[in-house]
Amino acid sequence: MPENPIKDAIAGAIAENKTILFLKGTPAAPACGFSARTVAVLQALEAPFAAVDVLPDPRIRQELSAISDWPTIPQLFVDGELVGGADIVAEMYETGELSTVLGLEAPDDAPVEAPAAEVEPAAPPLQIENRL
Amino acid sequence: MPRADELKARIEASLPGATAEVEDWTGGGDHFRATVSAPQFAGLSRIAQHRLVYGVFGAEIGGPIHALALTTKESVDG
Repeated sequence: MPENPIKDAIAGAIAENKTILFLKGTPAAPACGFSARTVAVLQALEAPFAAVDVLPDPRIRQELSAISDWPTIPQLFVDGELVGGADIVAEMYETGELSTVLGLEAPDDAPVEAPAAEVEPAAPPLQIENRL
Repeated sequence: MPRADELKARIEASLPGATAEVEDWTGGGDHFRATVSAPQFAGLSRIAQHRLVYGVFGAEIGGPIHALALTTKESVDG
């Protein structure tokens, strides 16, 4: 079986980070409007998230899409599951579902005693190529 | 170069009963925006709905079709 360190690094990053965004560019300097829109939504919710820039190596995007069965960038994962790309994330933000998925606040119909959401410290951008 | 009406026809052909509105977002023939209603979306998550539409185009997404922004809606068949 051929080794695939990039695939392993991507799968590891998804497993190790509760919220992780694969994007073009960085959260501070997104290189695509769709990535920028998704970063803006996460920042509007003050959601902590890890970030991986797919641009430094085309294999990152290739392996990511093979793992997720999702063709486009950005891709947001929470708890190891693909939540969606820019459209779905924006739609879920507008409906309020995104906060719930991210564990940021209880849904409106939850018991008043719902535990407060845990907020993890913001992590610096991950560099897949540095993990090989 | 893909055209919006071509994308619309392919979506509707692949998902019988679906209606698609596709616009060329930038006029450049590579960034599209589509709203798709299909009976096949019933009971599916948004992720699964979008995968059905992306699946129509396979590797063309990210290739000649640089971006296909999607809004999906379940439609009632018949």
